[in-house]
Amino acid sequence: MDMRTMTALELGRKIRAGECTAVDAVNASLGQISALEQELNCYVTVEPEKAIERAEEVQKKIEAGELTGPLAGVPVAIKDNMCTTGTLTSCSSKILSNFVPTYTATAVKRLEDAGAVILGKTNMDEFAMGSTTETSYYGATKNPWNLDRVPGGSSGGSAAAVAAGECFYALGSDTGGSIRQPASFCGVTGMKPTYGTVSRYGLIAYGSSLDQIGPIARDVSDCAAILETIVAHDIKDSTSVDVAETDYTSALVDDVAGMRIGIPRDYLGDGLDPEVKAAVLAAADELAKKGANVEEFDLNLVEYAIPAYYIIASAEASSNLSRFDGVKYGFRVPEFDGLHDMYKKTRSKGFGAEVKRRIMLGSFVLSSGYYDAYYVKALKVKALIKQAFDRAFEQYDVILGPTAPTTALKLGDNLSDPIRMYLGDIYTVSVNLAGLPGISVPCGCSAEGLPIGVQLIGDSFQEKKIIRAAYAYEKTRTWGQPELAEGRHSK
Amino acid sequence: MRISDETIDYVGILAKLDLDEQEKEQAKTDMGNMLDYIDKLNELDTDGVEAMSHVSPIHNVFREDIVEERTLDDRKKILQNAPKQKDGCFVVPKTVE
Repeated sequence: MDMRTMTALELGRKIRAGECTAVDAVNASLGQISALEQELNCYVTVEPEKAIERAEEVQKKIEAGELTGPLAGVPVAIKDNMCTTGTLTSCSSKILSNFVPTYTATAVKRLEDAGAVILGKTNMDEFAMGSTTETSYYGATKNPWNLDRVPGGSSGGSAAAVAAGECFYALGSDTGGSIRQPASFCGVTGMKPTYGTVSRYGLIAYGSSLDQIGPIARDVSDCAAILETIVAHDIKDSTSVDVAETDYTSALVDDVAGMRIGIPRDYLGDGLDPEVKAAVLAAADELAKKGANVEEFDLNLVEYAIPAYYIIASAEASSNLSRFDGVKYGFRVPEFDGLHDMYKKTRSKGFGAEVKRRIMLGSFVLSSGYYDAYYVKALKVKALIKQAFDRAFEQYDVILGPTAPTTALKLGDNLSDPIRMYLGDIYTVSVNLAGLPGISVPCGCSAEGLPIGVQLIGDSFQEKKIIRAAYAYEKTRTWGQPELAEGRHSK
Repeated sequence: MRISDETIDYVGILAKLDLDEQEKEQAKTDMGNMLDYIDKLNELDTDGVEAMSHVSPIHNVFREDIVEERTLDDRKKILQNAPKQKDGCFVVPKTVE
């Protein structure tokens, strides 16, 4: 078997069994990076020497029996909005183009403690604002399945790197779909945990009440194992929750008999690509064949999630991004006239168009006279959306639907029309508003050969239910996604 | 919703952004379109609904105000990220005449 297409857990087993070493693994990833990176641009930063040195150190610890976990020695890529001591963390923005953190995000630290070998930092939409990875200051990432297509976003670099074998798994972050949607577009598996499950300490904030770190990997088992490794109650994140049951890999059981699965009719209506719809319903059929009780229902309020999301996320962004002012870190314009002029010129030159658009909108909806009409209204709608999900979870264990309304879009198609881009988040944003866990699992390909993802949504802290359903579905799959992506680039 | 020049200038002050004429025109169009779209929320009756700022089952989180895990070395490293520093401090343009 080609090492480049192995899952993280398979590789971890082989390293522990002495069939290959952590150094072999990191060299396989680095080889793939040097072969493909020029055309794909998955990474902002790759640090080959550091990675090899780290792999040698980890290998020694594995051999000495000090590192025994399932991910020990496995190379990983980290989204560039998570702080890593001594390594550039740019958020794909000009304003952080020289920012080298002095501390490491808790989620990344947890991986390091488990013996992960970090290859580098992946490209993303600037400050995670976008659905295509085209708003990066460092150029767009391309979809490994089709170089004219976007990888999705904002964790597009992470998803594309996993699909192309440029790493064995990656961390992403999801504020409105930024793990699940690129996973869907790139034919990989991506999971957004319940809000509060993974510490946000060291994650550069976009929408603090919505942001959550999660895994992007080659299959459901990898996602469960990665989540089990990064989950932690962290006093450094005041929204971190002490989760009772974190044995996610125990839910990798191929049995959905009696599981109640609801498909929101509102997720199958206008705007959904017929090929995506057919693939998602076929996935539901597979689960029904295995004994799940699958039915359609009305979730309601779906069309209100996007406007509520963009008010809340932009409001929080305008506040969070006020810290980038050219004083403590990052870029500062060379010429200015006084302090306020320095702030304004630094921010205007340092942020890209989409980030400025959202800061402006956020500042407006929070401004005196508009606060109640927009911001408070959105928080009330958020409460209604949460109630709609609460009602749904009285009836169902898992909600199933598409991850995105389409397959990967053409590069450049969405940049000129922001609202059109925002509409692509219709099936993912409400999950963030309600703080729920969601996973996107590959469920087929379009006639053009582009991957399609099915999304499974669970109630708060019910990750194990969606992992179980996703795993059972995955077992019915007869095609191997990573091999397909690999085939496109085999040398 | 039509966004006036005054509104864009005011929001620019709040956002600490200095937009050129072309960016201002674009911002007027973009914000107007977005607000028209957002107005969809007014179709919903939210009277009596409590605004939900947070979904988590946690409220205030307190701890003792004690500095942990910090050294002078950290301070040096942190300052290395500053565009300008002097004597262990961030340097900004003169703010008081």
